[in-house]
Amino acid sequence: MIDGVLGGPVDQDYLVQARQMQAMSFAVHIPLVCFGIAFPAMVLFLEGLWLRTGDPLYRALAKRWSKAMLILFAVGVVTGTILSFEMGLLWPEFMATFGAVFGLAFGIEGFSFFVEAIFIAIYVYGWDRLPARVHVAAGVPIVLAGISGSLMVISVNGWMNHPVGFSIRGGEVVDVKPLEALFNANLWHELVHMYLAGFIVAGFLVAGVYAYGWLRGRRDRHHRVGLVVALSVAALAAPAQLLVGDWAARTVAERQPVKLAAFEGLERTTKGAPFSLPGGIEIPDLLSVLAFHDPGATVTGLDSVPADDRPPTGIVKVSFRTMVFIGTALTVLGAWFLWVWWRHARLPSSPWFHRALVAAGPLALVALIAGWITTEVGRQPWIVYQVMRTESAVTGASGVPVGFAALGLVYAGLVAVAFVMLRRLGREPLEVGS
Amino acid sequence: MLPDLVAGLALLALTGYVVLGGADFGAGFWDLTAGGAERGAPVRAMIKRAMSPVWEANHVWLIFLLVVLWTGFPVAFGSITSTLAIPLFAAALGIVLRGGAFALKGQAATIAEARALGATFALASVIAPFAFGAAVGAIAAGRVPVGNARGDEWSSWTGSLSIVVGLLAVATGAHLAAVFLGADSRRAGRAELVHAFRARALGSGVVAGALAIAGLLVVRSDMPALYDGLTSGAGLACVLASGAAGLVTLWLEWRERFELARYAAATAVATIVAGWAVAQQPYLLPPDLTVHEAAAPDATLAALLVATAVGMALIVPALTWLFRLALSGRLAYEDEPRP
Ligand code: HDD
Ligand code: HEM
Ligand code: HEM
Repeated sequence: MIDGVLGGPVDQDYLVQARQMQAMSFAVHIPLVCFGIAFPAMVLFLEGLWLRTGDPLYRALAKRWSKAMLILFAVGVVTGTILSFEMGLLWPEFMATFGAVFGLAFGIEGFSFFVEAIFIAIYVYGWDRLPARVHVAAGVPIVLAGISGSLMVISVNGWMNHPVGFSIRGGEVVDVKPLEALFNANLWHELVHMYLAGFIVAGFLVAGVYAYGWLRGRRDRHHRVGLVVALSVAALAAPAQLLVGDWAARTVAERQPVKLAAFEGLERTTKGAPFSLPGGIEIPDLLSVLAFHDPGATVTGLDSVPADDRPPTGIVKVSFRTMVFIGTALTVLGAWFLWVWWRHARLPSSPWFHRALVAAGPLALVALIAGWITTEVGRQPWIVYQVMRTESAVTGASGVPVGFAALGLVYAGLVAVAFVMLRRLGREPLEVGS
Repeated sequence: MLPDLVAGLALLALTGYVVLGGADFGAGFWDLTAGGAERGAPVRAMIKRAMSPVWEANHVWLIFLLVVLWTGFPVAFGSITSTLAIPLFAAALGIVLRGGAFALKGQAATIAEARALGATFALASVIAPFAFGAAVGAIAAGRVPVGNARGDEWSSWTGSLSIVVGLLAVATGAHLAAVFLGADSRRAGRAELVHAFRARALGSGVVAGALAIAGLLVVRSDMPALYDGLTSGAGLACVLASGAAGLVTLWLEWRERFELARYAAATAVATIVAGWAVAQQPYLLPPDLTVHEAAAPDATLAALLVATAVGMALIVPALTWLFRLALSGRLAYEDEPRP
């Protein structure tokens, strides 16, 4: 364990508010990031369809989506900036002590943002002015930067959960190996899981908008194409997400047994541990199966560490369950679509299908946030797992609640205005030109 | 050696942000002062047209600066962000309000909406650079000690140097913006705007120069060590270069040579930043923490430099292409507020 190089823990009456401020900032940024991950690929797919078929509808739709993408990107940029500042404003001791270990990832991330910002401008403002092939080519780096940017930031989060690439001697961080820190063992499952989550969230939200239109009677080809493209993406990602989630759970079981125990609220180390469902139903051995693919496996309980070192179990347990249930439900919904599409080459015609789609977008968002709460709160009380406690990392500055309130107000306004503007964009008639 | 290279990288990022991001803030200043909805409309439209494609890329310089600081000089980063939490948070909030308002302005349906978003954009464009300048002034004045919020939360950044540097940041941004927008208006063939921006560039250039001199006087009376640095050796060279570039800019504006004025104005501002850095060498956080003491281990610095070299090889051609397209007016779609 380590206290930090700025002089160790300080008096901070508002640690809880600092954590909530961090959580709120993520809760605004991460949904936007999903669009940064998925939208460029979806838009390029449509533009590619246009190039192959010459059908102007595809181009018009791609153009419209790219305008929404630009708005969301801008809001993603400013909320990401807040996060960058908050690293220092809220957790200076964490940054001062470990910045040299994990910072490289953010350095590379900076270049991803450059690439993204440059090419998104060229792409969106270049629609009518660049030759078609150049225009498509300008879109490709946006997709790649979405991957590399996520890779790098997730690497930092993975490192906080599996801190490697340094040693501690006499309260000092020494033997820093930045590349080892970058490629920590949590990186890969978190990256793939988050990347798929991006497609699930963006896909279901966009599909939901068109499904809503369908229910209100807007059933022309424009709405059908928008729905099918967005939904296909989400429906393919959802089942894959179950497999990756399983991979994530097994990695957690191996490396962060106490976090895994918090998923179930498992007090005592148990052989053949059960998994409980809401309503008090308990499925024997399921937790052992989830964690180790073996009904008889022994699962470490919370009692393996002192009470002080345990995460808050209630919220972690609820969040984990929420994510898993929503993930399963979304997979079923996606399968319904894929089945009908495969058998009959059309959309399911039931209004219930479309109503479910309207609900699916917000539910996917809930799953996304629930997943992050599982990961982040499940790591507590550590900011760097078993190395630095969150209370050691926090700032000594006063006024955290004031900042929290101010940011809360600004974000409420930002989200509201962005929502109104996107709705307005959606109401504009589609200009299907030549 | 490695620490100096990484410090140079931080300086490059800071300069990029002060020049390109600063001009974006400055554009907001002219938006704020453009006058009523009717009268100010042409100026505002030109600002929007020039800024839309590039502001996000210009903004990344700030992110890059933060990242280089926390990776390369983590102790300094933690000390700065905790002691200077108030101005930095104000700047960050300003950036959110500004970026959000700017991005969403395009979809405004009524004059009233456009006006509310425009006012937010413009006001935040003044607050953010002032707050950043005040933070830099606090560092230069030696008021940020090493430690977690060890310096005074208020008096650290409300000293005379902070105020002057804050105002200077606003003024240089406004000057750069006027110079850049004048050149953009000329390219767009908008003669009436060319003259509007030329007058603004001349006025703001004089104000920025006066503030820079005021800053020197404050430094002379309060911070002798920094003053020595600014009046000898490389520091003096930067100060003189900045003054000369400033005068050349004014002359070029007067003679209506707008394209060349862009580079002269950028040089004048960049050399102020460089002069400050050179003058407070070897310190990162004067009076105690040197660049070498603050630096991360060599392994980290080397990795950061390699990553930057690779990154720059990708970014420089891309940025060049973006600015080419933007400057030649090939990136724009018209979406003025609908009545
Ligand atoms: C649309 C979103 C979504 C959906 C449907 C699921 N997840 Fe998830 N989950 C996330 C979105 C997410 C995430 C992006 O929010 C997290 C947070 C950290 C991470 O890597 O992904 C996450 C974390 C996360 C973790 C913790 C990883 C860690 O702490 O290292 C586990 C064990 C799971 N998930 C397991 C599952 C399972 C078994 C699912 C299937 C039923 C599932 N997730 C569906
Ligand atoms: C890199 C990607 C990261 C993501 C996506 C992420 C996501 C989240 C989310 C969603 C929460 C909300 C938990 C809640 O509601 O209580 C959270 C909490 C938190 N995060 Fe992270 N995080 C990341 C990295 C970081 C980093 C780098 C830091 C430290 C500087 C950090 C520190 C915290 C802290 C202290 C909390 C509060 C925990 C609590 O309330 O119990 N996280 N994070
Ligand atoms: C510690 C946590 C995080 C920090 C400090 C952070 C920082 C930032 C910053 C500064 C930007 C703006 C980039 C620009 O100026 O162009 C940004 C945008 C972005 N971030 Fe984050 N971020 C964090 C978490 C995440 C997570 C968890 C992801 C997802 C995997 C992510 C992916 C992105 C993407 C794709 C963008 C591009 C903007 C967009 O498309 O909306 N970030 N982030």
